[in-house]
Amino acid sequence: MAGRVLVFAEQRDGQCRKSVFEALGLAAQLGDEVHALLVGDAVASQAAELGAHGAQTVHTVEDERLARYWNEGYAAALAAAIDTVQPDLVLLIATVMGKDLLARVAARRNLAALTDCITLTENEGTFEAVKSMYGGKIFATIRAKRTPAIASLRPSAYPVPERQEAQPTVQALAVDLPAEQRARVVEVRKKEEGQIDVQEAEVIVSGGRGIKDPKNFEMIAGLAQVFGAAVGASRAAVDAGWIDHSHQVGQTGKTVSPKLYVAVGISGAIQHLAGMRTSQCILAINKDPDAPIFSIADYGIVGDLFKVVPALVAEVKKVQA
Amino acid sequence: MKIVVCMKPVPSSEARINIASDGRSIDPTDVEMVANPYDEYAVEEALRIKEARGEGEVIVLTVAAEAARSEIRKCLAMGVDRGVIVQDPALLGGDGIGTARVLAAVIRELEPELVLCGKLSIDVESDVVGIALAEYLDWPHVSLATKIEWPDGKMAKVQREIEGGAEIVEVSLPAVVTAEKGLNEPRYASLKGIMAAKRKPIEAVTPSVDAGQVGAAGAGVEIVAMNPPPARGGGKKFEGEIEEVVPQVVELLKSEAKIL
Ligand SMILES: Cc1cc2nc3c(=O)[nH]c(=O)nc-3n(C[C@H](O)[C@H](O)[C@H](O)COP(=O)(O)OP(=O)(O)OC[C@H]3O[C@@H](n4cnc5c(N)ncnc54)[C@H](O)[C@@H]3O)c2cc1C
Ligand SMILES: Nc1ncnc2c1ncn2[C@@H]1O[C@H](COP(=O)(O)O)[C@@H](O)[C@H]1O
Repeated sequence: MAGRVLVFAEQRDGQCRKSVFEALGLAAQLGDEVHALLVGDAVASQAAELGAHGAQTVHTVEDERLARYWNEGYAAALAAAIDTVQPDLVLLIATVMGKDLLARVAARRNLAALTDCITLTENEGTFEAVKSMYGGKIFATIRAKRTPAIASLRPSAYPVPERQEAQPTVQALAVDLPAEQRARVVEVRKKEEGQIDVQEAEVIVSGGRGIKDPKNFEMIAGLAQVFGAAVGASRAAVDAGWIDHSHQVGQTGKTVSPKLYVAVGISGAIQHLAGMRTSQCILAINKDPDAPIFSIADYGIVGDLFKVVPALVAEVKKVQA
Repeated sequence: MKIVVCMKPVPSSEARINIASDGRSIDPTDVEMVANPYDEYAVEEALRIKEARGEGEVIVLTVAAEAARSEIRKCLAMGVDRGVIVQDPALLGGDGIGTARVLAAVIRELEPELVLCGKLSIDVESDVVGIALAEYLDWPHVSLATKIEWPDGKMAKVQREIEGGAEIVEVSLPAVVTAEKGLNEPRYASLKGIMAAKRKPIEAVTPSVDAGQVGAAGAGVEIVAMNPPPARGGGKKFEGEIEEVVPQVVELLKSEAKIL
């Protein structure tokens, strides 16, 4: 099917998220016309980057009320773009914003909704996705029974396409935004400077109950630092109050697919695996050779984490030097 | 305040999941069912709101087969006032969007001021129902709540988790709010609660919805296959001296996994 794909180019603070480019790369594989939608306040400057990654046309919706995420305002913008572009497929990224928006707009325009796709392909005119279910115990193939379909892609599931020399057509889209902001963001609280979020990280180093004491998260953070990684945690570590819940990986935490996931002192309970089993590479450090985490690890080190982690920090530094 | 909590019965996260012989559904034999964990946070929050105000009603609403009554009872034992269940087969088996349409039809009749959902159902992980429900009700929503405050009793001030931080959202009622872990710690049912639950009503209702838009017939998506997750076998386990093992692993991270 040669079709039209509309990519929602998620930005915060005027900066497009890297995964938007992953979605553009997939869009170019699935369709022959790639459109992108930029929503925000004074965001049109991002259009060139979108063009360089494959967007032929960039539609912009700018309004000062859209400076922060306003779910009904953003939904009105995406619905209007769908009406204008008439795409076969609408692509978002399965982020906090992408998931929120997908559900509203899928309901509003009665679209076939494929969420948190690990792969998304076209098969005889219909879109098919593979997604994780039952906490990663099942990989299901889901078919959209009609078009247009709307799909969210799991971050890092697809590569960022190579940059090309291309200027997109930029078109401002007029949208009737709702008069009232029934749900309005009044404040955005950022985490401490320098902390990387597990949902945005290419490498994650997670600590579990095996690290024994909250202050040992400093050691975990030290290992994370040499990799430029985010700090994750098992639920046991979160429930013990050692670290904030936003770091938790697993069934009731975040689902992540980084390039490298390092599990330190984590046994590998089924609910933890649910959140990280689609990582590209898994390194586990555990003193128990029978810990279940080793069954899904690409590399496992059996040993005392208090000795292994410092050795690892030193060795990685050596290799990087 | 009248609050409706949408609760979905799901296999326990500990349950062993086997694929049925049709290759596209789950074999229900011996699978222990529980209330979706995120919906328990929603139930707990509804009970706390009612308790803080000293008045109100909490209703738990489920779209599921008859068997779901035992999970509804568990919510009643926690303190929920009554249950409502939609079990008409024509309305089941749809996708999340269809379920949202059915829930919306019931909620319109119940006329609550607040609807609480979980952020995600841990079985099919469709991740659309709560927000799609808000759309069909034409209500505002806030997803991923980790804290709900009531500055003037009417408007809710909701903290939601986003990547790298939190957003504080003011939302007017009626509204749908979906619960993230961290919102609260759900209580256990007391013995008294369990006894009381036996006398609380569970009403079966059949809302009027356009049959073409719900159930398996109206679904926009369908599951065509289920498979176990791709095996990650072939991992290498190192049990030797740390001084020898660590450089080997780092070398593999570099040459094989291309990470460093
Ligand atoms: C509904 C539900 C949802 C859940 N959701 C999640 C979730 O989202 N995320 C999650 O993580 N869990 C979740 N859990 C909890 C899960 O079942 C486990 O209890 C939890 O993951 C265990 O955490 P852990 O691996 O850190 O601790 P443990 O299982 O106690 O493992 C600690 C490990 O550290 C090792 N260790 C100890 N000392 C050392 C040392 N010196 N050197 C090396 N290794 C050492 C031990 O060998 C052990 O393997 C959930 C449970 C339920 C019921
Ligand atoms: N069949 C159902 N009955 C009642 N509530 C449901 C049902 N399905 C989903 N929900 C609600 O919607 C939330 C999100 O579910 P989902 O979109 O399936 O991930 C759940 O946590 C429930 O609160």
